[in-house]
Amino acid sequence: MSKQIVLPFGPQHPVLPEPIHLDLVLEDERVIEAVPSIGYVHRGLEKLVEKRDYKDYVFIAERICGICSFIHSATYCHAVETVMEVEVPRRAEYLRTIWSEYSRLHSHLLWLGCFADSMGYENLFMNSWRLREKILDVLERTTGGRVIQGVCRVGGVSRDIPPEELARMSRELAGLRPELRELTRVFEEDITVQTRTKRIGLLPKDAAWDLGAVGPVCRGSGISSDMRSTGYAAYDDLDFKPVVKSDGDCYARCLVRAEEMFSSISLIEKAIDRIPGGDVLVPVKGNPSGEFYARAEQPRGEVIHYVKANGKKNLQRHRVRTPTLANVPALVKMLAGCELADVPVIVLTIDPCIGCMER
Amino acid sequence: MSYLQKSPWIIHYDASSCNGCDIEVLACLTPLYDVERFGILNTGNPKHADIFVITGGVNEMNKEVVRNIYEQMPHPKVVVAVGICACSGGVFRECYNISGGVNTVIPVDIYVPGCAARPESIIDGIVQALGVLEKKKTAMLRGEGIA
Repeated sequence: MSKQIVLPFGPQHPVLPEPIHLDLVLEDERVIEAVPSIGYVHRGLEKLVEKRDYKDYVFIAERICGICSFIHSATYCHAVETVMEVEVPRRAEYLRTIWSEYSRLHSHLLWLGCFADSMGYENLFMNSWRLREKILDVLERTTGGRVIQGVCRVGGVSRDIPPEELARMSRELAGLRPELRELTRVFEEDITVQTRTKRIGLLPKDAAWDLGAVGPVCRGSGISSDMRSTGYAAYDDLDFKPVVKSDGDCYARCLVRAEEMFSSISLIEKAIDRIPGGDVLVPVKGNPSGEFYARAEQPRGEVIHYVKANGKKNLQRHRVRTPTLANVPALVKMLAGCELADVPVIVLTIDPCIGCMER
Repeated sequence: MSYLQKSPWIIHYDASSCNGCDIEVLACLTPLYDVERFGILNTGNPKHADIFVITGGVNEMNKEVVRNIYEQMPHPKVVVAVGICACSGGVFRECYNISGGVNTVIPVDIYVPGCAARPESIIDGIVQALGVLEKKKTAMLRGEGIA
């Protein structure tokens, strides 16, 4: 038996936009065990809930992560609104759905680019990010912010999208579809991508279930679990169907995300079609009292926002369970037994969002 | 123009940021903004880097990592703090784990505020950093020491 060595991976590493540290126990080129250590992005923002007004805290909740920003703020608002029994206007629910799906599109395009980069496929990285800018343009036009939108409020959203803008968004989406099709075709058919991803980083269905994987990681292993099927916001009106693949390898997880972009486009188109008129914000008075778990589907999987309040203007507790944390045990399982050269690809397939995970 | 101004290499590190500024730093490298056409390259190796682009308010665990990267970079070097968190701690200033700005750990030359900092302002910050880099190089050549 050859000698084992420990190779540090991170926290500062070219494929990682964010810091996470893995100690890889190697035997020659094979990874025997991966030991993650976290804490490089921990800010302790849940504690800030004791210092900030529950309405101001929406902006802190949005800054849990700059990629999943909109969905964090919407889920936090959903939790507080449920505690306070606020009836959110239907148009605001639709707008939240539209912006959530745009966030998913930009996050998945970002991921496809970073994933291509982890295989050394720089051209594909550039093309994914080129398309992503079109999504960011729409977010900037409609909300004012590229990555941090800041439009969610307790009681609705602060901005409406006028009908002519909705029509323009719908036209642009129709034009985006063939471009996305061309991009995802490369991920599906290219021999380079297939060699680097097929039968690599295997996660069988029962292991995904036992380890509590969420989002595209568990949907790539054949488990149909997507919080959007629970019908929060306006998803109950939009005939949503989750995308599921059964191979459980890096390729399957990549295909899940690629197909989800098309499902996001059709969700936005349906939402633009069916959006009702009316107000987008109701005034909210008083302070919350009670507790609630709000669940939503982020680009990376299921997120849970727990709030507990006792009738004061500051909440007692805000707790977030983010998808990346749920996927780290699955990542450790995937890394055991893989080749060292595949580590960046496998780490990327869980779409690690350390900002979310550590808060 | 010197070789540094023609092709400065940057190293990017996320020191407890929310990701917003980091993806905007990456967006600078991609086709819409494309700073690579000016010869600006993103490197993963501190020993190859001239400009340290750093985001986030630096938490306790990151302090050593940030110092380590900074010390490994050869002189002359410039530090660009991107985003309001890197400038002053931003909305996270009151968090128990945040030191409150990059300048509490290493000297900063250029501040780029914004939440999240826009790619245009990040590029502007890097262009200003080129001037600082040139000044530091001239000072080094004159034997005035390193800063």
